Amino acid sequence: MFAALHSPGLSDPARLAECAADFSPRIEITAADTVTFDISGLAHLFGSTKDIAHALARRTAGAGIAECRVAVASNPDAAVHAARGTAGVTVVAPGDEARTLGPLPIAVLDPPEELAETLARWGIRTLAQLAALPEAGITERLGTEGARLHRLARGAGGRPLVPPQSITVFEDALELEHPITLLEPLTFLLGRILNDLCAKLDAHGFAAHEVRLTLKLENAPPHERVLRLPYPMRDPKAFLKLVTLDLDTHPPPAPILALALAMEPVNPRVVQHGLFVPLAPEPQKLELTLARITKIAGEGNAGAAEIPDTHRPGAFRIKPFAPPPADAHQKSTRNVTPRAAARVFRPALRADIDAPNGRPARIQACGIRGAVIASAGPWRTSGDWWREDTWSRDEWDIALSNGALYRIYRDRASGEWFIEAAYD
Amino acid sequence: MQSSALLKARIEAFLGAPHLTWRARPAPELLPTGIPGLELPRGAISDVYGPPCSGRTSLLTAALAEATARQEVCALIDATDSFEPASAAAAGSDLDRILWVRCGGRPDKALKIADLIIQAGGFGLVALDLAGIAPAVARRIPLASWYRFRRAIENTPAAMLIIEREPTAKAAASLVIEMRRGGVEWSGAPDCSRLLRGLRIEAVPRKPAARESVRFDARASA
Repeated sequence: MFAALHSPGLSDPARLAECAADFSPRIEITAADTVTFDISGLAHLFGSTKDIAHALARRTAGAGIAECRVAVASNPDAAVHAARGTAGVTVVAPGDEARTLGPLPIAVLDPPEELAETLARWGIRTLAQLAALPEAGITERLGTEGARLHRLARGAGGRPLVPPQSITVFEDALELEHPITLLEPLTFLLGRILNDLCAKLDAHGFAAHEVRLTLKLENAPPHERVLRLPYPMRDPKAFLKLVTLDLDTHPPPAPILALALAMEPVNPRVVQHGLFVPLAPEPQKLELTLARITKIAGEGNAGAAEIPDTHRPGAFRIKPFAPPPADAHQKSTRNVTPRAAARVFRPALRADIDAPNGRPARIQACGIRGAVIASAGPWRTSGDWWREDTWSRDEWDIALSNGALYRIYRDRASGEWFIEAAYD
Repeated sequence: MQSSALLKARIEAFLGAPHLTWRARPAPELLPTGIPGLELPRGAISDVYGPPCSGRTSLLTAALAEATARQEVCALIDATDSFEPASAAAAGSDLDRILWVRCGGRPDKALKIADLIIQAGGFGLVALDLAGIAPAVARRIPLASWYRFRRAIENTPAAMLIIEREPTAKAAASLVIEMRRGGVEWSGAPDCSRLLRGLRIEAVPRKPAARESVRFDARASA
């Protein structure tokens, strides 16, 4: 047997669920104003089905829930519809669902707008009228949704309850008796927490793509680090190495009094490998390698280059490296001639340039000197005039007598010449 | 050749099995660069050297473009922070598949990072750009480093490409190519409508030496 609690106009089902939890652990939050639950086996405690229903009514009244309707039926849908359509306490005897629900309006089924309109046009107002129609004809005209409504109108239904998902928090914290100054003992504690959290993730079928570490420090503000991973993982060893490498690069400035670790749960990555898909680095190994490279090269010096949407010469950004998965069906269609690539001087080399008649004739800079034997330009470009770092320049391609080829420019604001790149 | 024949005779005598047949080492799989005749061997080091403006970087970007078009993941260890992403994108590279590491003019860092990347595995092309490092500094890189790279990369599907001014990997490299300036192509009239059209490049294989030179044009980006 199933019971339904319905309080019209209620926006938070938590209070209804709290009342239902006193009677049964098997609860479904059907809607914001309706809760359905299994009352099988309660006869020993409360007596008959009618007694259970009245006990429920007393419990909801005691909880201060206004106009709470209680219905008991042999299936969850019949209980819900009876509660929605009838005030007070309703007990639907097994086998009597069609007769009890018959006078209720179609609206208790909550039909889709289009179907409700069609039924209204047909003059179907109550569940009994709908149940009286032939099922085959309803299915033919209204499809599977119509057939479902017809079944509900007859009070038939045997679906299982859908329990609410419990909200699990993947966090853990540890207060220390003595402040920690070295990273090594911290690693042991982190390893313990990470093992527990990853086991919890594993048990719930999740992985994590973000780890937040908060270290409470002695006489200093908390030290917070956030590791964002391009791929979800749940390997505690990999997480420990990543967190340790990050702390190695960004050590806390004071002794540690407490630590807290939180993980953002997401669905694990599912990859279908193929025989003909090119090899790619393993995500976990790649993450560890990137963390080690960042430790050597410095923050922001390793990643994938991205060209921003601007005309500013030489503009680029470095974003986290996360190569897209290879597509086995994609064919290599590249058949283009090689392009002359440039090697950029960062920052651009200041140069002394003789430019009679405005054309570069001789160049002298750090390690580069010679007569200009051919040149193309000037190409005038400017932009970002509304910003402080506006740019405006005349650009040239020049070939020197020794065969070298450079891209140079004259900054129009300062009048100075710079060597920007060498074609190589 | 004589010493290998002598060695073979001594082994045959020791084993008591005359006429041993030596199994030839299988030819390495090649990674195309998009330039016919300049394929890079996988599982080996390719050393490309030459003076500035001789086409080393054009060859590098061509190899990156070709490898990323095959959906392979590549790494570029840029010792002097000279890589121009726009050039690589114009050459057809998928920048999302290229791990670019900037080493700020520190070849020691570049070598450490190259080691990490090779050990991680899964990369189709590992490029080490030492072209901006002065030859005197590059010569100080111990030969043991190159042999270490060779041992680490052999039996993997990765090709390692080093570009530099002078050959430093020496015997550790399976392919050594000298790049030479072949001239500059212009269009239009001088002092009026001249446009850079591209570079003429000559690639001379030094190891194995039996191969012929390859000449190709690298077109300037529009």
